[in-house]
Amino acid sequence: MTALGWIAVGLLGGIAAAARFVIDAEIAARAESPFPLGILAVNLSGAFALGLVAGAALHGEALVIVAGGGIGSFTTFSTWILDSHRLREAGLERLAWLNVGLSLLAGFAAVALGHWLGGAL
Amino acid sequence: MRSLPHDPRKLLVIYAGGVLGALIRVGLAQAASTSPGQWPWATFAVNMAGALLLGYFFALLRDHPAESLHHPFLGIGICGTLTTFSTMQLELYGMVDGGHLGLAAVYAAVTIAAGFLFVRIGIGLEARRPGVAR
Repeated sequence: MTALGWIAVGLLGGIAAAARFVIDAEIAARAESPFPLGILAVNLSGAFALGLVAGAALHGEALVIVAGGGIGSFTTFSTWILDSHRLREAGLERLAWLNVGLSLLAGFAAVALGHWLGGAL
Repeated sequence: MRSLPHDPRKLLVIYAGGVLGALIRVGLAQAASTSPGQWPWATFAVNMAGALLLGYFFALLRDHPAESLHHPFLGIGICGTLTTFSTMQLELYGMVDGGHLGLAAVYAAVTIAAGFLFVRIGIGLEARRPGVAR
């Protein structure tokens, strides 16, 4: 990785974090449910995008910048798990497990679909 | 579609946290890259560290006013960006694609179970901080 590559990773990471916050807040403000739809939408779209760039055989520094700096930063594991923990604490056990299961299965499907599309491009 | 007003200071601290989180995660991934047949230690480590820290910060800041910039910086910026969902999913896809079905199942199960555990440990650690009277 060149110095410029690391700068790009940092810049994209910051933009991706801010984009995650804005999208999550906009969706949460419209949703009438305690279910964390915003983070689900962010994580699934990010999984699809990562499958796409991996399938399109992006290589080397470009892959690290886009996949690690951009898409990897956009999606989040910690918020997903904390949100699920909070649903359980609030007595919404079924919603908590729905959030875990749906994210895991649909996330895998999103990567697979993106990978297939990326390879077909 | 009407857009909500977003506090520019909040966006700025999230951006700063995101820069840090991304550099740490990508730095670790570069230092310890793994193949689809191996346990993805770099991703696992950042996800567990981020879950622990987010649990701690969540407990620390839950009584604080919503206008505080600490949560956006530490929680959304640093922890949110240090951890990653998409990379974990791509790793799972690579394991399944490469025929490592058992590893994929164990990686998914352990990541989720340990993620919950680390969130709880983080919350618990905050309650045991010296000087905290509860």
